[in-house]
Amino acid sequence: MIINSRFFNRSELIGFIALAAILFVILPLSLDVFRLNLVAKYLTYAFVAIGLVLCWGYGGILSLGQGVFFGLGGYCMAMFLKLEASSVENTKIQSTPGIPDFMDWNQVTALPFFWQPFHSLTFTIAAIILVPGLFALIIGTAMFKRRVGGTYFAIITQAIAAIMTILIVGQQGYTGGINGMTDLRTLKGWDIRPDHAKVILYFVEVVLLFACIGIAQFIRLTKLGRILVAMREQEDRVRFSGYSVANFKIFAFCMAAIFAAIGGAMFALNVGFMSPSFVGIVPSIEMVIYTAVGGRMSIFGAVWGSILVNFAKTSLSESFPQLWLFGLGALFIAVVLAFPNGLSGIWQDHVQPRIDRLLASRKSKPKDGWNSVADGAPAE
Amino acid sequence: MSDEPNKDLRSPLRRKLLMGAAALPLVSILPRPSFGAGPATATVNTTGLAVTDTEVTVGILHSATGTMAISETGSIQAEKLAIEQINAAGGVLGRKIKFIQEDGASDWPTFAEKAKKLLVNDKVAAIMGCWTSASRKAVLPVVEQYNGMLYYPTFYEGLEQSKNVIYTGQEATQQILAGLNWIAKEKGAKSFFFIGSDYIWPRTSNKIARKHVENVLKGKVVGEEYYALGSTQFNSVINKIKLTKPDVIFTDVVGGSNVAFYKQLKAAGVDLSKQALLTISVTEDEIDGIGGENIAGAYACMKYFQSLDNANNKNFVPAFKKAWGEKTVIGDVTQAAYLGPWLWKLTCEKAGSFDVDKIAAASAGVEFKGAPEGYVRIHENHHLWSKTRVGRAKLDGQFELIFETADLVEPDPFPKGYQ
Repeated sequence: MIINSRFFNRSELIGFIALAAILFVILPLSLDVFRLNLVAKYLTYAFVAIGLVLCWGYGGILSLGQGVFFGLGGYCMAMFLKLEASSVENTKIQSTPGIPDFMDWNQVTALPFFWQPFHSLTFTIAAIILVPGLFALIIGTAMFKRRVGGTYFAIITQAIAAIMTILIVGQQGYTGGINGMTDLRTLKGWDIRPDHAKVILYFVEVVLLFACIGIAQFIRLTKLGRILVAMREQEDRVRFSGYSVANFKIFAFCMAAIFAAIGGAMFALNVGFMSPSFVGIVPSIEMVIYTAVGGRMSIFGAVWGSILVNFAKTSLSESFPQLWLFGLGALFIAVVLAFPNGLSGIWQDHVQPRIDRLLASRKSKPKDGWNSVADGAPAE
Repeated sequence: MSDEPNKDLRSPLRRKLLMGAAALPLVSILPRPSFGAGPATATVNTTGLAVTDTEVTVGILHSATGTMAISETGSIQAEKLAIEQINAAGGVLGRKIKFIQEDGASDWPTFAEKAKKLLVNDKVAAIMGCWTSASRKAVLPVVEQYNGMLYYPTFYEGLEQSKNVIYTGQEATQQILAGLNWIAKEKGAKSFFFIGSDYIWPRTSNKIARKHVENVLKGKVVGEEYYALGSTQFNSVINKIKLTKPDVIFTDVVGGSNVAFYKQLKAAGVDLSKQALLTISVTEDEIDGIGGENIAGAYACMKYFQSLDNANNKNFVPAFKKAWGEKTVIGDVTQAAYLGPWLWKLTCEKAGSFDVDKIAAASAGVEFKGAPEGYVRIHENHHLWSKTRVGRAKLDGQFELIFETADLVEPDPFPKGYQ
C-alpha cells in the first residue's frame, strides 16, 4: 500500500500524459471545429463514466439512472441560458414577451417561482452541483440505510429515470416537454454558438474533466477508496469491522451524481440544448455501456470508452444510416464477450506487459514490481 | 440504365459493338440526360456550397431508425423519388442532384448534430428533413446559424417562421379551421370533445380549435384530454365521451397510440358511422396500423389523400408504387415531402443560383403546378398556399374525398385572435 503513495503509478502516469496530450494538443490541432465540438459532446459523457467507475467499479453500486443526474445538471444550465435567450426583445412576437417560448405556447403567462433564481449565474452553478447532489443523497439515504442494494437498487434507479422523463414530458409548460429547451444562445452576453466560443468551451470542459479525474484518483488512493473496494468484495466484513457501509455507499453515489451533473451542464453549453431524451432509461443504460466498454475499473478507460463508443456511433451512423444500430450492437457484444474488462483490460493484459518488457530489456536492471501489488481490484 | 440497350444485343452485332470500344460509351451515355450544360459554377454558387459543374449535393435528414422511422420512411422515399425524377428531367441548373442521407435516429440532438454535419462538413445546398416538431426545433438554430435551407414536410403547430425554412406542410389554422367550419355546417355540430397526445402540436392545435369553436362557430368544447405519447389506455376518456355525447370527437392523437384508441373506441361500441369524429392526425400511413375496419367512417382533415383524382396524382401514385412497392401507401406528409425537392429546384431556377440567401429571397411566389395535391405556391411567410380537404376513411384504408375548399387557403403561422 505504501508503494502506491504516489498519486499516479507509472502506467497511470503514461495514461494521464497520453490523454492530456491527445485532448489538449492533438485533437484541437487536427480536427476542425465541428468535429472538435463533437468530441466535446462525447466528453460530457466521460464525466458520467468517471462517476460510474467510482460508484460501480469501485463501490459495486450499479446505477442505471445516471441520466437523471446528467439531466438535472443539464436542465439547471439550460434554464439559465434559456432565460437569457428569452429577453423581452427576443420574444416580442409572443403573447407574453420575456418568458421562454415554450411557456408561451403552453399558455403559461408568468415565469414560475422556481425559475426566478435561475436569472443568477452563481445560483445556477451552485444548483448544478447541489440539486443532483441532494437528490442523490435523498435516494441514497432512503435505499442504503435500508440495505437495499444490488439488483434492487439498479431497478429502482431505472424507475427513477423513467419517472423523471414522464415528469419532464408531462409538465411541458414548465420544462419544454418532449421538445426540451432549444435555441440557447448566450452566457452572460457571451455568444456560445460561434466557432471560437466552441473552442473555448472545449478547453474549459477538458480542464474540468481533468479536475474530475484528479478528484476520482484522489478518492481511489485514500483509505476511502480502499473501503469502497472492500465493501464491494465483502460488504459484511466491512460492516463487522465497524464501518458504516451505508454512508460510504451514499458518498460514492453522490459523487457519481455530481460528476454526471457537471457533464450535463457542459452538454447544455456545448450542444446548445437539453431535452428529456438524455434523462430516460435508454441514455442511462448507454452511459453504463460507455463505462463497461472502457473498463469499469479504470478512470482513464471510462474516458476512452465514452469517446470511442460515441465516435463509433457518429461514424457508423454517417456511413450506414439504415444499419448502423446493428453494427453498434454487434460491437458491444463483441467487446463484452471477448474483453470483460473493457478497453483498459486489453491495455493491461496485452499492451502494458509488452511496454514493460521493452523497457526492461533496455534497462537490464530488474525492477521491483510497481504493479505487482494489487490494489484490491482484480481487473487492475 | 446503361445495361438496358446491351441486353437486346445478344447477337454477333454485340461482339462487334464490344470490339468497337468507342461505341460503348456512346450507348451508355445516350439514354441519360447530359449534365454540365448549366451556367458556370462560379456564378451560381458564390458561398462555397457543394456544387460542381455537373453535380449539386443536398441532404436528406430523417429518422431511418427508432420509433419515428415508421412515419419518416415515407418522407425519405418521397424525397428520393422527387430527386430521381428531377434528375431524369435534366437536374437543377444543368446539374445532377446528389444526396447525402443522414439518420436522425428519432433523437432530437442527433438531428441537430447531423444537420450541422450536413451544413458544415458536406456543404449541402439544401436539407430535406425533420418530421416531428421537436426535431425541427432542434435543427432550427443550426440552419439559422450556418445559413442553410431546410424543407420541412410535416403539418405542424405554426408559431414559427424562418428565412431558412420552407414549410411544405400545413400550419395549424390551414389544417383545422376549414374542417371545423365544414363539420359545423354539414353536421350542425355544436359540442366538441378534444383528445390529443400530450405535446406541443396537439396542445396548440386544440387551442386554436377551441377559440374557433367558441368564438366563431358559437359552439362548446365539452371536454379536452391529453395522453402521454405512446399511451395505450383510452378507456376512461371513451367513457367520458359516452357520457357527454359530443356532436364531434376532435382528435390529434399521434403515432402508435392511434391503434389502441380506435380499437378501444370500436370495442366500446362507438359507431363511427353515427358518431362524427374528425381527426387531424390520421393519414393513410396510420390506417395501415389501425386497420380500416376500426376507423371506417371517421373524417380526416388533410390537404392530400392518395385517392385524389387529378392528373398529377395519377402520375405520382403509380410512380411511387413502382419505386417503393405495390403495398406502400401515401399519406399527407409523404406528399408534402415530395414537394420539397421540387420547390427547391424551381426556386433555384427562379433565382438562377444555389446561394441560400438568394433562394430564401426568391422563394415567395414560387409555384409548383405538378404537385400531386394539385397546385401550390410559396407564401411570403415561407409556408404554402394549399387547399384544405376532408376525407372519410373507408374499409380498405383509403379516404374518400368529401369536401375541399374552393380556393387555396392562406397560411397564417401567427393567427391573430387564436393565441
